[in-house]
Amino acid sequence: MGVLIKNGHVIDPSQSLDMVSDIYVQGDRVKEISKRIDTPRKSDIVIDANGQIVAPGFIDIHVHLREPGYEHKETIKTGCLAAAAGGFTSVVCMPNTNPINDNASVTEYILLKARTEGIVNVFPIGAITKGEKGEELADIGEMCEAGCVGISDDGMPVTDSGLMRKAMEYVKPFGIPVITHAEDLGLSAGGVMNEGFVSTELGLRGIPSASEEVAVGRDIILSELTGTPLHICHVSTKDSVRLVREAKKRGANVTAEATPHHFTLTDREIYGYNTNAKMNPPLRTQKDVDAIVEGLADGTIDVIATDHAPHSQDEKNVEFDLAPFGIVGLETALSLSLKLVHEGIITLDEMIKKLTIVPSEILGIERGTLAPGSIADIVVFDPEKGYTVTPGEFFSKGRNTPFSGWELKGMVSNTIVSGKIIFSCN
Amino acid sequence: MAFSKKHILGLGDLSAEEINIILDTAESMKEISTRNVKKVPTLKGKTVVNLFFEPSTRTRSSFEIAEKRLSADVLNFSVSQSSVVKGESLLDTARNFEAMGASIVVVRHGMSGAPFVLAREINASVINAGDGAHEHPSQALIDIFTIREKKGRIEGLNVLIVGDILNSRVARSNIFGLRKLGAKVRVVGPATIVPKYFSEMGAEIFYSLEHAIDNVDVVIMLRVQNERKTLEYFPSLREYSGLYGLTKEKLELAKKDTIVMHPGPINRGVELTSEIADDPHAVILEQVANGIAVRMAMIYLVALGESL
Repeated sequence: MGVLIKNGHVIDPSQSLDMVSDIYVQGDRVKEISKRIDTPRKSDIVIDANGQIVAPGFIDIHVHLREPGYEHKETIKTGCLAAAAGGFTSVVCMPNTNPINDNASVTEYILLKARTEGIVNVFPIGAITKGEKGEELADIGEMCEAGCVGISDDGMPVTDSGLMRKAMEYVKPFGIPVITHAEDLGLSAGGVMNEGFVSTELGLRGIPSASEEVAVGRDIILSELTGTPLHICHVSTKDSVRLVREAKKRGANVTAEATPHHFTLTDREIYGYNTNAKMNPPLRTQKDVDAIVEGLADGTIDVIATDHAPHSQDEKNVEFDLAPFGIVGLETALSLSLKLVHEGIITLDEMIKKLTIVPSEILGIERGTLAPGSIADIVVFDPEKGYTVTPGEFFSKGRNTPFSGWELKGMVSNTIVSGKIIFSCN
Repeated sequence: MAFSKKHILGLGDLSAEEINIILDTAESMKEISTRNVKKVPTLKGKTVVNLFFEPSTRTRSSFEIAEKRLSADVLNFSVSQSSVVKGESLLDTARNFEAMGASIVVVRHGMSGAPFVLAREINASVINAGDGAHEHPSQALIDIFTIREKKGRIEGLNVLIVGDILNSRVARSNIFGLRKLGAKVRVVGPATIVPKYFSEMGAEIFYSLEHAIDNVDVVIMLRVQNERKTLEYFPSLREYSGLYGLTKEKLELAKKDTIVMHPGPINRGVELTSEIADDPHAVILEQVANGIAVRMAMIYLVALGESL
């Protein structure tokens, strides 16, 4: 049985493809892309993609699936459903589960769960240090063998620069990158939002921009020292963008991601103590948003990732200081990214690139392309179709989004993983 | 114009007009306190709960007296006897009191914004009795009321706030309120606790008390809040008190009729010398007395708004 996607506007940056054509999928592979393909067999499913975009399935390089340990927030099953609804065919999950993914048995558990219950591809990230405690290296080699595609102590950055250097040196022969949540905890000092005018008015403890920039600087320097590829998570400040830009100019092996919330919102969202605008790194100011958008446009920022971080409503509906950091993102990422396209800041091709081939190259996973013979992970979406963000309708268990009620454009009609239609909405 | 706010969460949310209504109402309330029978039946049959998640003597007592003078039934809940230690959330605690019939919740909480969570989620009116480092509206209204009483006006006055501006809810509420009523506000303290962002809130920033105090009409001294880890921000109390403690000599640099205020409780010998605390310039005990009238006005106006 095959799937024939007809008359779609196919955009695949991996092959510099940008034209209306048909795509034929046979089994789990892309068989053919050409101007006109007639249904070879009666049993084939035909998708009419007229007026829609057909692209390689999106890859989210930064997701928290919460399983094992925090199944009340999200499970691998619900996280994957949310991904599929958002057009993502692969998600890369961070190790801060309970237990922490710091050894091969946890990695194997996640992958087993993903194979049996997850409808999209799940690629785990292993911890850098045991228990993300920043004290001793985790079982990096074994986790790599078990299927981890990178290492990160996301959310609990490695404070000891010497240990971070060792991690970078050690991981290099395994060919996977170090992914850094860049934050100097001494400068963050228990802060709960961006340090600035708004935090001053609200009487909330601030996290200065410098907290991120100091750590971005350190990790770039360590990456240049060791030659290990470094991927910088969720860049949130103007000077982080500058540091990445300068590092790239020097030829450093550095890549960076930005989240839709950091390129869309400012810390003013927190007025009224809105815990759905609380995440780490925090929302910054307009000049930071402008710099991130500029970084996306000029290629300084390589990837759009969500930092999808579901929490239960009870956990978020508390005093601002007590609410956990994080918001969901899988089901709004496409339309928020398309906003940049509709505003003429980046092209559709560039947007898709940052969601497909670039993240796949950073992690060395064989996804993100529609080249004939490759695994058929495909998304079909209408970039113009409008909707209202309604958290109650999310597939994710998390309802924690600052975009509730927003009118956005861009809806996924079909998501295909390994040749199977796993999500469809007309 | 009538007062139509259901909650009083901070002076940041009130207009100049609304602040003036509270001050005018407080004047009538003050008259009640001069009577032989210091009680009016206005809130008879209504239940007010004082929900205090942080230790407080004067604010809680002052609210309690204010509520009783308005004939409300008063429930006091403080953290030591609370179910919070058993893990009950702020919202659940408040909902329980609401179920017992409380129509006004006066809340004091160590975290900024806690009263906003209540206002969003429960039906009762919420009065903020101090939240974290955010606002302490009743205290600022008392300060402004006392200034107006002493100076006859607010507009055009120079008011200096001294001390831990960063961690002070009294400072924020006063800056919001005084600026709205047309006063000029200066803040002074160690650079670590007087962040530059306060200038965007309309305050003029100083680091030298001698410079800052020049030509001011009012000095508001803030308490060094040991419980908020203020001591991380400067080397020692001795150094702090040498630089920012108010003495007779420094006060002489201000206007002749300058008044000195303090939200209490005072640390004698730290923020101000005993000499200043007991000086005729100091109106600290008058602030305490005015506190009851101002809080009666707040409760009364919120109760009115609620029944509209």
